[in-house]
Amino acid sequence: MRRLFAAAIVRELRLALRHAGDSLAAVLFFALAAALFPLALGPGPALLARMATGTVWVLALLAALLPLERLYGADHEDGGLDELLAAGLPAPAIAAAKMLTHWLACGVPVIAASVPVQVMLGAAPTPVGLAALALGTLCLSLIGGVAACVSLGARRGTLLLPLLALPLATAPLIFGAAAADAARLGLDATSDLALLAAFLCAALPVCPLAAGLALREG
Amino acid sequence: MTYRLALRDVCIWRGGLPVIEHLDLDLEAGGALLLSGCNGAGKTTLLRTLAGLLRPRSGTIRLGGETLADAPPRGWLGHADALKPALTACENLAFAACHHRDRNAAIEAALARLDLAALAEMPARMLSAGQRRRLALARLSLSPARLWLLDEPSVGLDAVSVARLGALLADHRAAGGMIVASSHVALPLPGAAGLVLG
Repeated sequence: MRRLFAAAIVRELRLALRHAGDSLAAVLFFALAAALFPLALGPGPALLARMATGTVWVLALLAALLPLERLYGADHEDGGLDELLAAGLPAPAIAAAKMLTHWLACGVPVIAASVPVQVMLGAAPTPVGLAALALGTLCLSLIGGVAACVSLGARRGTLLLPLLALPLATAPLIFGAAAADAARLGLDATSDLALLAAFLCAALPVCPLAAGLALREG
Repeated sequence: MTYRLALRDVCIWRGGLPVIEHLDLDLEAGGALLLSGCNGAGKTTLLRTLAGLLRPRSGTIRLGGETLADAPPRGWLGHADALKPALTACENLAFAACHHRDRNAAIEAALARLDLAALAEMPARMLSAGQRRRLALARLSLSPARLWLLDEPSVGLDAVSVARLGALLADHRAAGGMIVASSHVALPLPGAAGLVLG
């Protein structure tokens, strides 16, 4: 069972590496969309710096949605999911392997790209802000996985996926952006960070189980 | 207790309609069962249920004395080949080979068995339909499962490859494995029991 799970993670990572274009597309979307804000809002440094944290968080959330459909949909369509299930791998373990891969292939590059994006918007990135973004993107990978599994096989899954994921992502967005903003202003971010971590702790077991249930019934 | 597959009074419903009703079935170690029936008769549905991918509405399915939920893995070859176009032939077999101690040797042997050794480093998207089916069969041959479930295994295969499939299935049965297959054409499964659905 442990060997199967390890093999599934290796399989997912290998696929993510071969489809590196998906990760690149998410990161480029993140950077390009951020570059639109100064164009639309005007180059006022005070306004941009004030909005930098929120911009980064909302765009990280949207960028996380981009690779979800291929990550889950391809295995659903080509029979790969049946193969993994028949091999004896429990559905929640399949979902967990995909969620981890999503974070490594999309979350981590977005965290790295958030540093130059924040500098561009005139807000110096803080270690606490980056830590919050790391926790937040993990939450997004977990939530996105559930939404992707639930919308698998639905006729308009592409439309359904963001509608399912975005409402669930409000809590990490609120606490994460608040923590990062507090850190930027030199205030105490402990309580927001703790609430974000608490959300992650709840999502870690619940999301793979819920996604696994959706995979089995899908 | 001998290793066997036993179905008792199994009913399977799909989309609110009964597909298979009150099915009793026994398969001993080394046995083979060939499912036939017209399109939509429930061959794939029965195979998916045996694979644990669908739940029967009622009845019990036991494999080697265990209920299906905690039964060991099944070897599965579905309609779709489940190959990743971006991965090479070798890499496509890596997951299935994770039970083997020497994975690379096991993959090489499986590829050679289906005459795919020369294509080991070729991405699966470059393979023809028949070669993809053979690659899926090579993956099946790596499965540690004793029960193999094959949905139209010979689709796209030429005569030589069908003979290779026959040898693969015969070896599996000789080692005490069981095979349930569906097909519209004759399969190289000598002595297989037949079950007509629908």
